[in-house]
Amino acid sequence: MEKKIRVLVAKPGLDGHDRGAKIVARALRDAGMEVIYTGLHQTAEMVVETAIQEDVDVVGLSLLSGAHMTLFVDVARLIKKKGLDDVLIIGGGIIPEEDISKLHKEGIAGVFGPGTPCEDIIKFIKENVKR
Amino acid sequence: MIKNKELENIKKIKSDWEKNYYMPHVKKHPERRKKFENLSWNEINNLYTPEDVAHIDYIKDIGFPGLYPFLRGIHPNLHRGRLWTFRQFSGFGSAEETNQRYKYLLDHGETGLSVAFDYPTLYGYDTDHAMSRGEFGKCGVAISSLQDMEILFKEIPIDKVTTSMTINGPAAIVWGFYIANAENRGINRRIIGGTIQNDILKEYIAQKSFIFPPEPSMRLIVDTFEFGYKEIPRWNTISISGYHIREAGSTAVQELAFTVGDGIEYVKWAMKRGLKIDDFAPRLSFFFNSHNDFFEEIAKYRAARRIWAKGLKKLGAKKSRSLLMRFHTQTAGVSLTAQQPEINITRVTLQALAAVLGGTQSLHTNSMDEALALPSEKAVRIALRTQQIIAEESGVTSTVDPLGGSYYIEWLTDKMEEETYQYWDRVEKLGGVLPAIEKGFYQREIANAAYKYQKEIEEKKRIVVGVNEYKMDEPVDIPILKMDEKGEERQINRLKKLRKDRNKQKYERTIKALRKAAEDNENLMPYILDCVHSYATLGETCQVLRDVFGEYEEPAIY
Repeated sequence: MEKKIRVLVAKPGLDGHDRGAKIVARALRDAGMEVIYTGLHQTAEMVVETAIQEDVDVVGLSLLSGAHMTLFVDVARLIKKKGLDDVLIIGGGIIPEEDISKLHKEGIAGVFGPGTPCEDIIKFIKENVKR
Repeated sequence: MIKNKELENIKKIKSDWEKNYYMPHVKKHPERRKKFENLSWNEINNLYTPEDVAHIDYIKDIGFPGLYPFLRGIHPNLHRGRLWTFRQFSGFGSAEETNQRYKYLLDHGETGLSVAFDYPTLYGYDTDHAMSRGEFGKCGVAISSLQDMEILFKEIPIDKVTTSMTINGPAAIVWGFYIANAENRGINRRIIGGTIQNDILKEYIAQKSFIFPPEPSMRLIVDTFEFGYKEIPRWNTISISGYHIREAGSTAVQELAFTVGDGIEYVKWAMKRGLKIDDFAPRLSFFFNSHNDFFEEIAKYRAARRIWAKGLKKLGAKKSRSLLMRFHTQTAGVSLTAQQPEINITRVTLQALAAVLGGTQSLHTNSMDEALALPSEKAVRIALRTQQIIAEESGVTSTVDPLGGSYYIEWLTDKMEEETYQYWDRVEKLGGVLPAIEKGFYQREIANAAYKYQKEIEEKKRIVVGVNEYKMDEPVDIPILKMDEKGEERQINRLKKLRKDRNKQKYERTIKALRKAAEDNENLMPYILDCVHSYATLGETCQVLRDVFGEYEEPAIY
């Protein structure tokens, strides 16, 4: 049997807008992936610790508040520092066009804005998952 | 509404019309969908007639504006007299930047202020707290002390203009900043007017900026009710909010049922404390969303007024002021698209029109760029102008409740009221509002509705212009708001200086007194005000309450 893709859906920082994260979590689960949802108010350390504990293939970050340039980057750098090079990092939220390429450079491979169909995210994960 | 004989006649003609005209027509010209549904998945018929409203007693169920059950509006002349307040929710970066934005909005015809705070402020953390990282000024303005509040309202006539503040967990403290600022400016606190959101139930249900567990949170809220009617009589001490419940994904019916249900819950808690309902109920206010389904929204506002009036009467309210529901409306942020952002202006116009036709007291119109970033000056000006066009040009304000008596609207208003009571029964069976929150009932209902809605968009059962139909590949080309990069540093330096320069003894004394009062059962507002006046920061004051009350953690349900 093929191993299921394991995804951590995480809400870093104080932002309480969890509609998007919950919808994506459900859609990934319905697409056959194993999903762990962190709940709210996670520090970068907490997210990465959970990613290690749960041995996930993908970390999905969600933020509406606009703090992505700090908080997404914190998580991505810590993942790198811990040597989790085979973990795919993606993110979504209210993210202006000009920030997207900067996030790519930090290792956040997929960045998804408002109106993205869940189907696109599922496809992106399946095509880019590293292990 | 109609005599039996006439009704029989209508029924007969309608049945003939369906058989001999409608059905043959549809056979030849099929309808675009098998089933037409609104945003609460209620099926909508092709036509409504007197038959659908035959059970309604005009005097008892609909009545006149300004009279019980207030279905048609809370004032006899509604917008023919005073227009609703043009109140744009606004705040970003530092207090200095937001102060400039307020002046800009007032200069362009805004008639009330509404403060958006950043996340650290919403959680009762100072800007320099570790948890505040990355969030300074992002979702609103950062206010860590009375000093920041002084800057925020500098040169703004707070003795004349009213201010609404979207603050919940630390509402009592931030309200304290506002009151203290007025007092320091020599303004009598009995004349200042405004609103604190202060609605913790919907935080647990949807918005998620809670700090303390339910019991002490409810205690703090009742403290503000009591202090409010005694000391700050023109202040709305709560804005019971459906807005965030809706934004989190609920249907219109859920928004209505959960919000008015929360309202009743607050009244019960205050009465349990021994407050008299007619003392505090006149200062309770509401806040609703205005989403895409035009008539459903209008019916929702009308139903809300009637449900509230009936509910408060049942709880023993006698004064007319206690029974009438005053509410603010904001157009649906979640309906805005990042794709082709200019078309959001049209969405906002329709949503704002529904709010006005539904009899709102105050309105925020979203800016077209809000699915991309916080609004630019130009975008927010267009949003404000949208309200001014509705008010001055459309003619919809000339008569009160112009859609009252519409067979469809009255049928839908009744249906939404009925479904509200069905939800209340389900909550009651779970043991009431707080047990239902603890069991994740509301959270699950909302998540289910949000997921269903998203799936329908992806399956194209629902069309979102620019997203799943009528798409364009052109890049988005509108200016994005830029914030002052030095704002955070300036704020942190200001905080450090404040902590160094303030009267240390006074600070320590007031903080200590607050701790003791929190451990006892006293009303905390006077103690909080003392802390504020001694320039204790938001984070320091909130930490005392965190120590005594503990913090709430929610179950992570998806």
